[in-house]
Amino acid sequence: MSLRAHLVVERPAFRLDAELDVPDGEVVALLGPNGAGKTTALRGLAGLTPLSGGRIVLDGAEVHHLPPEHRRIGVVFQDYLLFPHLTALDNVAFGPRCQGVGRAAARRIAAGLLERVGLADFAGVRPGRLSGGQAQRVALARALAVRPRLLLLDEPLAALDAHTRLEIRSELRRHLAGFDGATILVTHDPLDAMVLADRLVVVENGAVVQTGAPAEIARRPRTDYVARLVGLNLYRGEADGTHVTVGDVRLSSAERLKGPAFVAFPPSAVALYRTRPDGSPRNLWKAVIDGIERHGDNVRVHLDGPIPLAADVTPSAAADLDLVPGQEVWAAVKATETHAYPA
Amino acid sequence: MPWALLVPALAGLAFLVLPLAGLLVRAPWPALPQRLAEPRVIEALRLSLVTATVATVICLLLGVPLAWLLARTDLPGRRLLRALVTVPLVLPPVVGGVALLLVLGRRGLAGRWLYDAFGVSLPFTTTGVVLAEAFVAMPFLVIAVEGALRAADQRYEEAAATLGASRWTVFRRVTLPMIAPGVMAGAVLCWARALGEFGATITFAGNFPGRTQTMPLAVYLALETDPDAAIVLSLVLLAVSVIVLAALRDRWVGSA
Repeated sequence: MSLRAHLVVERPAFRLDAELDVPDGEVVALLGPNGAGKTTALRGLAGLTPLSGGRIVLDGAEVHHLPPEHRRIGVVFQDYLLFPHLTALDNVAFGPRCQGVGRAAARRIAAGLLERVGLADFAGVRPGRLSGGQAQRVALARALAVRPRLLLLDEPLAALDAHTRLEIRSELRRHLAGFDGATILVTHDPLDAMVLADRLVVVENGAVVQTGAPAEIARRPRTDYVARLVGLNLYRGEADGTHVTVGDVRLSSAERLKGPAFVAFPPSAVALYRTRPDGSPRNLWKAVIDGIERHGDNVRVHLDGPIPLAADVTPSAAADLDLVPGQEVWAAVKATETHAYPA
Repeated sequence: MPWALLVPALAGLAFLVLPLAGLLVRAPWPALPQRLAEPRVIEALRLSLVTATVATVICLLLGVPLAWLLARTDLPGRRLLRALVTVPLVLPPVVGGVALLLVLGRRGLAGRWLYDAFGVSLPFTTTGVVLAEAFVAMPFLVIAVEGALRAADQRYEEAAATLGASRWTVFRRVTLPMIAPGVMAGAVLCWARALGEFGATITFAGNFPGRTQTMPLAVYLALETDPDAAIVLSLVLLAVSVIVLAALRDRWVGSA
């Protein structure tokens, strides 16, 4: 039960061209900004959007020429799309019934799945009376009822409120771990992706821009979008030993490197000074404050200068420094927290 | 509230309601039970109810798939098709009756063949009444169902497809239940239109008591000879319409 896919979908002013390989039991998150093509990729896999090119191979068999009803790909839709006129039980039994299972047997399968997601007591309830979290679990049970070879989830947590989300997220992780096929979920929330997925595939403008384990992506972003998601300052430059030249700035880093390189460091690695600090710390330059906002317990300062920069300072430090937009400050970045890696 | 709107609104209301009130005022109430029991009233009522119901069933069987075709496929010339379907809606019913006669009459294009091959003659029969009513009433159903289909969220059908449902299963188990209120509303409109059908019926099926003389025809005929009978028949039609509307309103039609 593994997936090998090359998806090409062409539309006016948009082109999706992405390769996805997902082995058995792995959960892959397609992560990307709105309009990146994540949902298009999902619909292409499910057969709901025709491919302009490429191929989809499931368990060694090509399925891209099959209509959706013959692909055996389970889909959990963003709004769940539970049939409003059927009970939770009949929603889950729908798939087995379509596969030719008898009514009683299909209901037994459905009851078992509802039990597994902890909703045995809600079998006779119509979707309109289920909470968001319950509806999501019914939708998952319904998708699993066809014993899919591939499970797709489109923004599975987006329709939930913040509190439910936390609860459902860990529960969903448990259910996904129990599924032995390949799983792909689409999300624009980095936290969902990091918690739920074994591997992230970052999609921007219809193309895969980075793929890797969540920790790896969080540490070594390769695009501005990913850097923003994981909260790092990211620059592309030219490395020479322990220095990376980015524009007019020479940044010292912990790693030795040569050639085109990325440099990344967290905003908390930046210190701000009103006057040039004593000694000569490396990675020091003059910058102009562009904007100030609250960020968690800290204050995030956006700086203009030779390179744009985000810095986190404590509220008391911000008060001491008397930071206002337009003011000039000295910015210093700790070399020990600056990571360089090949571009 | 602006007078410019209120005055015409009230005038319009009066215009719609007063004639019905007049019907109630002029009705021969004391003689009503006895007149209602007259065989020709009962016969006409029975014929009307049966033909309107059969016509509605035919409209459902043909009209729902037709609405699906118009709403859910990329048929070339679909817009022209939709225009053609709505023609009977605006066509004077008498013209519809003439057209039916030309096609299905014993010397008609299809009617001649039907008669030669099977000995079937449709004009001036109860079947003819049903056909005339269905012809005039079907567009109401098609338009209502097509609207319901367009308003329905097609993503549910996609969800059903990913669960392995064939297109026919999707239609039967997902689409149809979800548009049921629209179908019901369309069927009620269709039935009411069929019940009141006059022009096409009298042209295509004639006016034979017990066979093709439906209530509206009986009303028209009675008006010449026995105005009180016409009023009684009209009252019955009015009552049937109101009862049907009231019975279905809350359950299926009212929410809109």
